[in-house]
Amino acid sequence: MASERKRPLSPHLTIWKWGPHMLVSILHRATGTGLALAGTILFVGWLTAAASGADAYARFIDLVTYDAPAQVVAPGEAALPAHGGLTWFWTLVLVGLTWAFFQHMFSGIRHLVLDTGAGYELRMNKKWAMATIAGSLAATVLVWAYIVTRH
Amino acid sequence: MGTGTGIGRVRGLGSAKSGAHHWWLQRLTAGGNILLLLWFVFSLLQLPSLDHKNVVQWISSPLVAVPLLLLVVNTFWHFRLGLQVVIEDYQHNESRVVALVLLNFYTVGAAALAIFAILKIAFGGVAV
Repeated sequence: MASERKRPLSPHLTIWKWGPHMLVSILHRATGTGLALAGTILFVGWLTAAASGADAYARFIDLVTYDAPAQVVAPGEAALPAHGGLTWFWTLVLVGLTWAFFQHMFSGIRHLVLDTGAGYELRMNKKWAMATIAGSLAATVLVWAYIVTRH
Repeated sequence: MGTGTGIGRVRGLGSAKSGAHHWWLQRLTAGGNILLLLWFVFSLLQLPSLDHKNVVQWISSPLVAVPLLLLVVNTFWHFRLGLQVVIEDYQHNESRVVALVLLNFYTVGAAALAIFAILKIAFGGVAV
């Protein structure tokens, strides 16, 4: 089907001057793909573990948390949870997914606005592209600040 | 509609017959995702903890199980449409067909597992 002759290529990543709009466009794809793969596997794994019973769920939680320190529980005293905090690896994954979610949501909303034909003026386009990055970082910090301070 | 003139064919959805349908469903599910996923994230943050008992009791409420089922259908449909475009952009010929088949298996398989898990919990099939 394809001819062997080299066809001219349209200008691509290596030739464009990078700007926020280009970065946001690439991030939209990257975060969408990441959420669809890592996010889905984690979500379905969590639901399946919960539906499979307490033991299966405990194994799932064990996978993402440190072991709790050994404890001796006196009669009448409440036991600490059987697991420690999130491991650094899974903290990184979950913080990453949180950021990916907000970035994809904000740049997705930007796409819905662009679909109406609005926001293509150069300065406006750049401003809203940068706003999605600022928004996703701020939302991620807020969510994790809430999680950390609550526990 | 009409099949005679060029404009008639365009009004009849063009030669592919379904291009705008993919585009529109991508936008429709995007809107649904904003509502359903924000609800999901904020609900998880509101739970006292993600212990088995809390999670099972939370999901067994009809007002949680139903939005959660809608979330699975809406979100998975959205990423199936999105990943289809990514595959069509970067894969060609045979590998494109293989990737698209795997994408469909992945989406339907994961959705079936998630839906079954939610229904099992919602119908009281999981002891706490």
